[in-house]
Amino acid sequence: MHDMSTHAVPHGAPTSFIRKHVFSIDHKVIGKQYYALALLAALIGMVLSWIMRLHLGYGSLAIPGLHLLSKNGAPGDVMTPEYYLQLMTMHGTIMVFFVLTTAPFAAFGNFFLPIQTGAEDMPFPHFNMMSFWVTFTAFLVLVASFFTGTGPTLGGWTQYAPLSAIGDVGGPGEGLGVVLWAASIAIFCIGQLLGSLNFITTTLDMRCKGMSLMRLPLTAWAWFITSIMGLTAFAVLMPACLLLILDHVAGTSFFRPSNAVINDQVLPGSGGSTLLWQHLFWFFGHPEVYIAIVPGLGIVSHVLITNMRRPMLSHRVLIYSMGALALLSYMVYGHHMFVSGMNPVSSLAFSFPTLVITIPSTIVVLIWLGSLYGSRLRINSASLFALGFISMFISGGVSGFFLAQPSIDIMLHATYFVVGHFHLVMGVAAMFGIFAGTYFWFPKMTGRMMNETLGKVHFWMSFVGAYCIFMPFHYLGIAGNVRRYQAFTDDYLIPLIPVHKFITIAALFTGFAQLIFVYNLIHSRFWGKVAPNDNPWEGTSLEWSTATPPPHNNFGDKMPVVYHDPYQYSVEGASTDYVMQTSTEQLKNTDEEK
Amino acid sequence: MAKIFAVTIILIAIASAIPIVMHMWPMPQDISTHGYLIDEQYTDTMWEAGLSFLASQFLLAFFIWKFSSPKPGDKIKSFPGGAKGLVIAAFLLVGTECLALGVFGVKAWASVYFTAPSANAMPIQVQAGQFAFYFRYPGPDGTFGPLHPDKISEANANFFGLDTTNDPDSKDDIVTAEMAIPVNREIHLLMHSKDVGHSFYVPELRVQQDFVPGLDVTLHFTATKIGKYEIVCTQLCGLGHYNMKAYLEVMSQEDYDAWIKQQAALQ
Amino acid sequence: MRNRHNLAVVLSAVVLVGCAALILSQGVNAAGEGKITGTVKLDGPAPHMKGIDMSKDPYCSKAHASDPAHYETYVAGANGGLANVVLYIDGWTGAAQASNAVLVFDQRNCMYTPHVLAMDTGESFKVQTSDQTAHNIHPNPNPMTGNIPWNQSQPPGSPPVEKSWKATEFIPVKCNIHPWMNGWFAVVKGPYATSDENGNFTINNVPPGNYTVTAWHEAAGTQTQKVTVAAGAAASANFTFKAK
Ligand code: HEM
Ligand SMILES: [Cu+2]
Ligand SMILES: [Cu+2]
Repeated sequence: MHDMSTHAVPHGAPTSFIRKHVFSIDHKVIGKQYYALALLAALIGMVLSWIMRLHLGYGSLAIPGLHLLSKNGAPGDVMTPEYYLQLMTMHGTIMVFFVLTTAPFAAFGNFFLPIQTGAEDMPFPHFNMMSFWVTFTAFLVLVASFFTGTGPTLGGWTQYAPLSAIGDVGGPGEGLGVVLWAASIAIFCIGQLLGSLNFITTTLDMRCKGMSLMRLPLTAWAWFITSIMGLTAFAVLMPACLLLILDHVAGTSFFRPSNAVINDQVLPGSGGSTLLWQHLFWFFGHPEVYIAIVPGLGIVSHVLITNMRRPMLSHRVLIYSMGALALLSYMVYGHHMFVSGMNPVSSLAFSFPTLVITIPSTIVVLIWLGSLYGSRLRINSASLFALGFISMFISGGVSGFFLAQPSIDIMLHATYFVVGHFHLVMGVAAMFGIFAGTYFWFPKMTGRMMNETLGKVHFWMSFVGAYCIFMPFHYLGIAGNVRRYQAFTDDYLIPLIPVHKFITIAALFTGFAQLIFVYNLIHSRFWGKVAPNDNPWEGTSLEWSTATPPPHNNFGDKMPVVYHDPYQYSVEGASTDYVMQTSTEQLKNTDEEK
Repeated sequence: MAKIFAVTIILIAIASAIPIVMHMWPMPQDISTHGYLIDEQYTDTMWEAGLSFLASQFLLAFFIWKFSSPKPGDKIKSFPGGAKGLVIAAFLLVGTECLALGVFGVKAWASVYFTAPSANAMPIQVQAGQFAFYFRYPGPDGTFGPLHPDKISEANANFFGLDTTNDPDSKDDIVTAEMAIPVNREIHLLMHSKDVGHSFYVPELRVQQDFVPGLDVTLHFTATKIGKYEIVCTQLCGLGHYNMKAYLEVMSQEDYDAWIKQQAALQ
Repeated sequence: MRNRHNLAVVLSAVVLVGCAALILSQGVNAAGEGKITGTVKLDGPAPHMKGIDMSKDPYCSKAHASDPAHYETYVAGANGGLANVVLYIDGWTGAAQASNAVLVFDQRNCMYTPHVLAMDTGESFKVQTSDQTAHNIHPNPNPMTGNIPWNQSQPPGSPPVEKSWKATEFIPVKCNIHPWMNGWFAVVKGPYATSDENGNFTINNVPPGNYTVTAWHEAAGTQTQKVTVAAGAAASANFTFKAK
């Protein structure tokens, strides 16, 4: 047992406004900053998706004011093909990097990991502060590409070479736009590497007395596993981005092939490989989608347990499953490249681990379902979103069966089937995880409760709306509708346009629901009902045994000591239906971890 | 609230399945010799995935319905079999499902990628470039002349960069903007990209293959049904990606002979 | 109120008349200058121009269903006149020419009209589309000249864009969506002309003096000729190109 947790880096509470709210080294403030960044990014990403959807559903509609967003993208408010792709690239990049990585991992993880482990702060608080500001800089650099040169890059969030390596001759935004994109992502990687380092060290070295690894709540485990993934994945993406930048500014040829000809002119370059980029990108890219979803698995488990009034059927099996997902995620990345032109034998080799990865995912879902059985389920906004997460995770997961098989992938690769798959399993599910976490932890983070009625309205609209948007994507894909098209001019795609119109309406409806959420968030932050006590949901883990909101060093002058497993609910013979980790009550429960 | 939620989940699950069951937006018809293997694989997977989907959504809904309004005295019950049972179930059910799909799927994949084209397969070269496909037939001599990227001149219809004055093999090569093939004849497609990544996708033919700049990639297939189909690009290649396509005309042998003669005259 | 309106009408009429007078007086000034006229011919039969297969975009192939499109490298008239030859004055040192008309580069039926657009350095021109399919305009200047390349789409309904070039250069322009679409921006200094279908041309607004007239054709190359222009008169220069 590590008992070095006390006073790893002692620092007093800051007094100036800047040190308190801007350049703060307090993990809780940094967590909130990350949350604010994610919220801003999500709103931008969502507005971009509205514009895209409006264009796809109602292409002839001139969107008033569109020309203001870009110098050349939409003269006379008529969307150009390149502008659609630029919006799409920014939507994907913003959502994946600045929403799904920051909110469930960096925002909630920062706020709650040290508290749940019983630490005063992270071990390297200055790195932690840097991590946020570096990430924020990365965001500014990305957004800046809207206003420079020929606009942001149009290459998609995967930024395949050589389109991304040959410069402006390849299309608008492919020069400066790509350089800014790659710079932004490289900077982002630095921020996340710093964050991951802190998370890992916090989990391993900063636990309070009595907090064995198995006594950590599932959220802490999820963040811990995610940060290990982050450490390896971002460490590969960063150099890949640097190589890409070198191809632009230093005349190197990592990703530029020989003898590429555009506009009848042979472009400079020799022997660079597009497959090299794909391998580097997806070696990061696949773990990245697990980085987006594993914290969600933790948050949903945590929220559900509290609202089911019982622990999961098995704490360890869930932890091992998340670990297995993380490990396998490095062996499956080739399933993005089945028809990329790599050796077809490798396609098969990547297909098997991909099919195998469905086993730990299934175990997680079955453990949730099995634990739901015989529980005493409480329904509130947080638990609704957690249950919605399960539904979305199932729906998005089953389509993985198709895409895991190279032979079927011949038909479905690069179609809307893929778009439907990843939006459900990664996009919507992860967003639901964020929402569940928000409704659940809001009282601890701010000292006020969120409005339950608005929360439920938000849930119903989002749940139904998200299915209306993303289920039909699968049908489109089965019919062969190619993704990343700004208009559907092919003869066989024209009959599908009514489906696109339906999806557009559903997207606007669902987007509106998110505005309700934002209103609820802001209104409750300042005028919401004050939290009745420090533990409104009757939870057991350490965040509920400290003050609301927690003091600067998390626990005041008395560091916690842990005596119990994280989830001691409905224990026979206990005085209440929950026994907090810090409770000194003796339990008859014999399976407790030591 | 919980009960409405449970019902909603079930309604959504059923509504999601209807378009699939009713074939409202079906896969395009199959016109290839190997496609039935892919389609069978797809159908099998749809059964397994579809049933897993419905079963788990129903179970979720049922549990939400059942356990969301506990009476004050209700005790927590444990799922029969516990975690161990579920883990074993997951391994058995999903494990065998995966193994079966994986193993059977190899056949469909192998039919496309692990068989060599037959000796009398007809070679056709396809070049992808921003934002059009062009095709080359070797002409009577049966050989393709060499490519000279520096000689590419779209302004003069020299899409491949042929040197017809100095390369005798290039003289009779036939370059076209449409791809015509005789029905029931195996085609050996030689693919290369002029500039960036593209992909060759004909849903009806059950083929999709990326072009890799700097690398020659091949594909072979046989079309079994006369008709006009679309070849579309599925790899984001720039602003005209959505408009990058060509027509594939599957013709009777006579029609094809006439067509290729006519194209030769146009060179 | 009424009176105010009347006043406004009268005032604008005065302004308009004033403007017109100014414009006309400029025209009168120019009359003191000479011009260069002539004909460009092609020696021998015109090379065969290949037909264009536009099947990739049904909009384009439909537009040419009854009148098949051909490449426009050599466009020769019945009398052997060669079109699309740009004529300009080598080493022009005079002032920039006042533009007499708005130059328009139109995308029509998936071809460029005109195939060659001549212009003065710094002179602005409009790129517009008359088609119901999207085009991208992608000129490829030599980076050493200081002209900056661009690449921009015009979907149906897009307003025209206005552009200009800094340095003299013959710049090829292409649409990548329709690879057969190619044309030229001929950026020259000073007065210029482009030969019409019969090979005829007139370079207007040339002050009296001795000049070298250059004729440029995208495929056949360039030729020069010395001419002397007298005040208010027309000098003549005729060229004959050989197809390459
Ligand atoms: C308001 C809800 C959303 C709507 C309506 C929406 C819609 C879309 C659309 C229409 C596309 C472009 C598809 C194409 O042209 O191929 C797209 C792409 C994408 N979206 Fe979303 N989206 C939403 C939320 C999200 C979320 C929450 C995420 C987070 C993961 C996300 C991640 C992506 C990614 C990664 C792409 C791919 C971009 C690319 O192809 O490079 N989206 N989305
Ligand atoms: Cu393409
Ligand atoms: Cu065009």
